[in-house]
Amino acid sequence: MSVERDVMEYDVVVVGAGPAGLAAACRLKQKAAEAGKELNVCVVEKGSEVGAHILSGAVFEPRALNELFPDWKARGAPLNVPVAGDEIYFFRSPEAAFKMPNVFVPKTMHNEGNYVISLGNLCRWLAKQAEDLGVEIYPGFAAQHAIVEDGIVKGVQIGDMGINREGEHKDDFAPGMELRAKYTLFAEGCRGHLGKQLIAQYQLDKDADPQHYAIGIKEIWTVPPEQHKPGLVVHGAGWPLNLLGTDALGGSFLYHFENSQVVVGLIVDLSYTNPYLSPFDEFQRFKHHPVIRKHLEGGTRVSYGARAIVKGGLNSLPKLAFPGGVLIGDDAGMLNFAKIKGSHTAMKSGMLAAEAVAEAIFAGDEGGKVLNGYADKFKASWLHDELYRSRNFGVFLHKFGSLIGGAINYVEQNWFGGKFPFTVHDLKPDYKTLKLASESQKIEYPKPDGKLSFDKLSSVFLSSTNHEEDQPVHLQLKDPSIPIGKNLPLYAEPAQRYCPAGVYEVVGDEGAKPSEKRFQINAQNCVHCKTCDIKDPAQNINWVAPEGGGGPNYANM
Amino acid sequence: MKALVSVKRVVDYNVRIQVKSDGSGVVTDGVKHSMNPFDEIAMEEAVRLKEKGKITEIVAVTIGGDKSEETLRTALAFGADRAIHIKEGGEVQPLTAAKAFAAVLKKEGAQLFIAGKQAIDDDANQTGQMVAALLDIAQATFASKVEVDGNKAVVTREVDAGLETIEVDLPAVITTDLRLNEPRYLKLPDIMKAKKKPIDATTFADLGVTPGAGFKVTKTAPPPTRSKGIVVKTVDELVAALKAKGLL
Ligand SMILES: Cc1cc2nc3c(=O)[nH]c(=O)nc-3n(C[C@H](O)[C@H](O)[C@H](O)COP(=O)(O)OP(=O)(O)OC[C@H]3O[C@@H](n4cnc5c(N)ncnc54)[C@H](O)[C@@H]3O)c2cc1C
Ligand SMILES: Cc1cc2nc3c(=O)[nH]c(=O)nc-3n(C[C@H](O)[C@H](O)[C@H](O)COP(=O)(O)OP(=O)(O)OC[C@H]3O[C@@H](n4cnc5c(N)ncnc54)[C@H](O)[C@@H]3O)c2cc1C
Ligand code: SF4
Repeated sequence: MSVERDVMEYDVVVVGAGPAGLAAACRLKQKAAEAGKELNVCVVEKGSEVGAHILSGAVFEPRALNELFPDWKARGAPLNVPVAGDEIYFFRSPEAAFKMPNVFVPKTMHNEGNYVISLGNLCRWLAKQAEDLGVEIYPGFAAQHAIVEDGIVKGVQIGDMGINREGEHKDDFAPGMELRAKYTLFAEGCRGHLGKQLIAQYQLDKDADPQHYAIGIKEIWTVPPEQHKPGLVVHGAGWPLNLLGTDALGGSFLYHFENSQVVVGLIVDLSYTNPYLSPFDEFQRFKHHPVIRKHLEGGTRVSYGARAIVKGGLNSLPKLAFPGGVLIGDDAGMLNFAKIKGSHTAMKSGMLAAEAVAEAIFAGDEGGKVLNGYADKFKASWLHDELYRSRNFGVFLHKFGSLIGGAINYVEQNWFGGKFPFTVHDLKPDYKTLKLASESQKIEYPKPDGKLSFDKLSSVFLSSTNHEEDQPVHLQLKDPSIPIGKNLPLYAEPAQRYCPAGVYEVVGDEGAKPSEKRFQINAQNCVHCKTCDIKDPAQNINWVAPEGGGGPNYANM
Repeated sequence: MKALVSVKRVVDYNVRIQVKSDGSGVVTDGVKHSMNPFDEIAMEEAVRLKEKGKITEIVAVTIGGDKSEETLRTALAFGADRAIHIKEGGEVQPLTAAKAFAAVLKKEGAQLFIAGKQAIDDDANQTGQMVAALLDIAQATFASKVEVDGNKAVVTREVDAGLETIEVDLPAVITTDLRLNEPRYLKLPDIMKAKKKPIDATTFADLGVTPGAGFKVTKTAPPPTRSKGIVVKTVDELVAALKAKGLL
């Protein structure tokens, strides 16, 4: 079906208005102003507004922001809550925990000088700065394809609007525009759906270890003012996940933010092995731990959401540039997992790419080249140094568990400054780690009490996610027979449990034959976390961008 | 013929509204805002009237702080020819808004004022009616169908008993109901063009309007939470349960 498409030409198109994309857009304009030249920069964002799809912790390290806008305070950046206290716990059981004495906290987990922020709000502010610098930002429009001609990325095509579930044009069909550019910066965050295709197409990960991921589930609570300690930061490892074993790893966070709000979350490594594990239910029961519940009791839950986290670090980093485009932020995998911090690294990588692009264009480059200048700048930056120091952290945890892996990390970070003279590798991708259901133990999760813990549907409701109903399902199955034919008998179809939004259901009576069961995809519930795209053992689920504007509507996430 | 359309920036209808813990209002910080859905319907209707050649110019107007400019840009992307931004940050009650719109309407010499039947933030359902009263012109509220013919408009209204069709002389005020039309998708090229269309700024003082406070909000409280439902297996059980509650 060929349709007429409007075309707009820019110098640079940025896909995704997260910290990486927005920092890059600002830096491009700053460079242009310094050089007294013009650069047309356009940013597209699939969320209905900037920030609507941003979910983070977040304890924010201002290093990159200090470089981008040294006067951020005067410009009113929403960094209002300095970290006022750091606590780390090892949770040993549903009741017991061990608080780590401060002297043993690895350097990477110290948070003086950092701020508890809402990354979504920081992005809203960054978007304002970018617009004031002349950047055009278009929320509500998802980039659906990279335009590749003669092996060169020439820009992106925006998704069509007004297509029904069967793929036919509705009355209000509006073909997506082509945004063409000399260089396109892909800043879609963790497991970007275009980034994934480009990595495959240009074999960017040929020399890298497999990428590793986690899922982070987060809630925002309003607590009684007398219980609120702005700036308190609590991290933990262990129960309900493993402390000593290696089959279900992860960590937790609880931060006291502004306006009597406390954010709480659990991060579960997607290398977990038991197909019966449900990250959502682990998180719900986690909140009952006495160390955590005392912060939440008497409060109300106001928001819920989830997002995958890219954690392979330097070992898994793909090549950053290909003809006509680059990967920045978590689309490349710039997150520092030893700190679970990726916003400052995302910003820095965006700024480095922006500098490389601006320099090339000002030197007469017509676009379409492989921008090696970006990789060179990256290697020479503090960002590379930071990721280098942390490169072994995730691997230690995968191989040795949280306690012992954590101890080795302590030794590496504090005695060797992150520079062990060797690198360790983790070569098993996360979709290959599941054991067979027949070899795994079912997990009975406690029923939610409706005060601290809740069911999935009432949770998803709080993400305010919304999709136009009559549109093609944006969770594509390469082979529709796999969920019931293979995943169900082998792994008890884990999608029912790893999806934090209840999108996947196997319908049919408990005792019914597989042939009488049906795999149902409630695509409207999707919160765009990308976990299914990562964890499906058959790699059969392909997440593509739904109609622009669809998805969660996070506030203060 | 010129139409004036009022567009208000409100908390988006997808957002879960939270009442501030001190009961002084609802949380609006960091929350997604968009154009009042009934105003989108008003914009859509104006654009359709223009496409049919019934009107020649659409002017969008809003009252609000700097951020309301986004709402005007949305109206311009819908197809408004130009926009007027009445820059007033604080609380604006319906009567004040109506006075301002009436002043703009007069100044512009517009024949039609199209507004939403209500804004989903305060649900006052007053502004359109007040504009008509202030200017002593006709009003057709809760419109589900609008036909403009010369200097008359035939409007089908949604009333409790069904549909009522009335004819009004222009100039007139029309307020839109949910079923009037389905607003179009905004296309990216139109949004791009909207960035370049003109917005004039003005103030209450410029318009000779003195804002007044007719009422004061004393308390905001969330609705009581609904208790959990029960699952009934048969119709008999359902009937019995309804009887037990005294509902049958
Ligand atoms: C639970 C959790 C806790 C975290 N805690 C911290 C912390 O405490 N400190 C810290 O520094 N970091 C933390 N992080 C990591 C941090 O949030 C990320 O590293 C950071 O957000 C990455 O920025 P980014 O710009 O690369 O991508 P993102 O922030 O993911 O932004 C990508 C943007 O692109 C948009 N997009 C994606 N695809 C498309 C498309 N095709 N078309 C248009 N738009 C598109 C998305 O909607 C999104 O707005 C945490 C992450 C999680 C999930
Ligand atoms: C911006 C906006 C403004 C609006 N303004 C108005 C207005 O001014 N006036 C007006 O009348 N309407 C208005 N509406 C429409 C109105 O909000 C909704 O149509 C109405 O609230 C739906 O009511 P409900 O929650 O009972 O609906 P629904 O969720 O649609 O459900 C309908 C009924 O079916 C029941 N139900 C749903 N699913 C199931 C199930 N699986 N099994 C059994 N029962 C089920 C529900 O409990 C409910 O009783 C507006 C809508 C929007 C978007
Ligand atoms: S369908 Fe996939 S991307 Fe959407 S919420 Fe579920 S796991 Fe996340």
